[in-house]
Amino acid sequence: MPDGATPVLDVRGLKTVFRTRGGEVHAVNSVSFHLKPGELLGVVGESGSGKSVTMMSLIGLLPSPPAEVRAGQVLLGGRDLLKIDASELRDVRGAKIGFVFQDPMTSLNPVFTVGSQIMEPLTRHMGLTKAQARDRAAELLALVGIPDAQKRLKDYPHQFSGGMRQRVMIAIALACDPDVLIADEPTTALDVTIQAQIIELVKDLRQKLGMAIVWITHDLGVIAGIADRVMVMYGGQVVEQAPVRQLFSDPRHPYTRALLKTIPSLTGEREARLQAIEGQPPILTAEPTACPFRARCAHAYDRCETENPQRRAVDGLAVGQGHDVACHWTPDVSAEGAA
Amino acid sequence: MTAPLVQVRDLKMHFPIYSGLLRRRSGAVKAVDGVSFDIRAGETLGLVGESGCGKSTVGRALLRLYEPTSGSVVIGGEDIATLSPSALRAKRPMMQMVFQDPQASLNPRMTVQAIISEPLDEQSDWDRDRKQARVLELMDQVGLNRRFANRYPHEFSGGQRQRIGIARALALSPKFIVCDEPIAALDVSIQAQVVNLLEDLQDNLGLTYLFISHDLSMVRHIADRVAVMYLGRIAELSPRDALYARPLHPYAEALLSAVPEPDPSREGARQRIILQGDVPSPANPPKGCNFCTRCPKVFHRCRVEKPDLVEVEPGRLVACHLLPAITTTSPAKPGASHMTQQGEVL
Repeated sequence: MPDGATPVLDVRGLKTVFRTRGGEVHAVNSVSFHLKPGELLGVVGESGSGKSVTMMSLIGLLPSPPAEVRAGQVLLGGRDLLKIDASELRDVRGAKIGFVFQDPMTSLNPVFTVGSQIMEPLTRHMGLTKAQARDRAAELLALVGIPDAQKRLKDYPHQFSGGMRQRVMIAIALACDPDVLIADEPTTALDVTIQAQIIELVKDLRQKLGMAIVWITHDLGVIAGIADRVMVMYGGQVVEQAPVRQLFSDPRHPYTRALLKTIPSLTGEREARLQAIEGQPPILTAEPTACPFRARCAHAYDRCETENPQRRAVDGLAVGQGHDVACHWTPDVSAEGAA
Repeated sequence: MTAPLVQVRDLKMHFPIYSGLLRRRSGAVKAVDGVSFDIRAGETLGLVGESGCGKSTVGRALLRLYEPTSGSVVIGGEDIATLSPSALRAKRPMMQMVFQDPQASLNPRMTVQAIISEPLDEQSDWDRDRKQARVLELMDQVGLNRRFANRYPHEFSGGQRQRIGIARALALSPKFIVCDEPIAALDVSIQAQVVNLLEDLQDNLGLTYLFISHDLSMVRHIADRVAVMYLGRIAELSPRDALYARPLHPYAEALLSAVPEPDPSREGARQRIILQGDVPSPANPPKGCNFCTRCPKVFHRCRVEKPDLVEVEPGRLVACHLLPAITTTSPAKPGASHMTQQGEVL
């Protein structure tokens, strides 16, 4: 895709806070990213890093209270999704942005047929008649690789296996031909052989339909195979962002480096001992004034305690366009030799 | 060579299905359907497979947390599967288990001290001071701060909870530990901490592990030999390096090829075998080889005859009709013939 293309989705300075009895939890802190047409952005992070909360905040899926989106802009097709009212937002969800959740069992309604669940967005957002919607639903099921699509419209979710249910979820998300598909750990609940099937399907659908995708996962292996660009999150912030090859060949944030080293290799040299990242992820009870990774970082120094690092480019391009990192320690030039 | 510490022979674990008005027995889920393997003292056997393949059931049946349907499990010279309840209880200290979910396997109303010392309460006649001393020693061993002995599980993170579970398993100085997905519930950055701990403990205490996991790269790191299970049976059992370098069973091959690798340049070049369809139900497994419905190399014989797990190369056991057993006279030949066979079908 051309570098200068206008992004389909542009998120700026997003902040989400949960108000709990034990105080506030700053789950997402000034997260900015954009998505170009047809691009696949991988979002990597551990549980509690804020990756899911970021995406749920975009389309108002978080229950409020306790959640509160405090600041930021979410621009989709020139509109700020954080400013529009609930009914407008409902039109955006489903029609413009499709969502695939982690667990295909709990995200489908067990008492409705799969057909009626695919037809629902079609009649609501696209204004199709029931008969038209049924034909389109069968097309969609066939598109996501479910054999005997016409017949299976009448089946209920429990009659499908886990992988097939995830295909149904993808069909629903794609029903209205959205500009953006957000997939939140879509293969985490699946076995590796089924995961491989779903990944192939998504690659195939991208070529056919050309939508932009945000793929959230904690599995760096999955990201390496499908993403164009990767955003690494830690402690509610974006700590590094880069084109996929660059991120894996020249990771700059100490967290990204440690994460890549901690995974045992499947084919390479077998390591005698794993390099663990000692310590625990941070608890985000206050607005951060220091680097969230400092307690576990081998390179932390006094500045990391007093100042939360901002993202800065390390390759001369603007932040968000090329390779950027939020770290005081990492040098601007490639650290190949230093590492 | 001494006898293996654990010898499993033709282990079967069938769970009955009851249906109809009178709840008559109408069939069985064959979760484990004839599994045999050995684990040598001091080694780690990795047991891998997808969900529902029966790997956890094997682990539980081994320690007789389930009553096996048939087969024998000899641990340290005694058949666990047929021991009387009192003899089994006396045997428990030597075999322990670390469970997958540290949240669910620790009693939320007990302190860490009470949790770790429970096996001692049950199995020893030690006085309070001695037990207390042992608990603190165990907490040091697994890297938990002694000061936290009176805290409750919810005050700990997932990785720390798993350390509590490991300390409890170590309390009676076992020889053999079944680790059932001990890291599956943990974040990537915490997994390495727990695996390193398990390895250190093995070195220091001379433990023998059955390491059950679906994480093939972690199993490659920790295991000496690896058994790949599919639908209640072992498809391949090989030394770790041999298996990962050149899997022989078509399922093992497909499974390994499906694991995504964190390296974009290698990911692009990899030849991935995408298996079609889903795993059949263990209540109604296919006739013949249980992999015949998805196998890319399936031929007529697979649909009628169940392949046995036989040695096809020195030290490598595979259950596949494509790979003939080595004959005692010329062990080199079958290996060569298998190569051409694989070349043909590929």
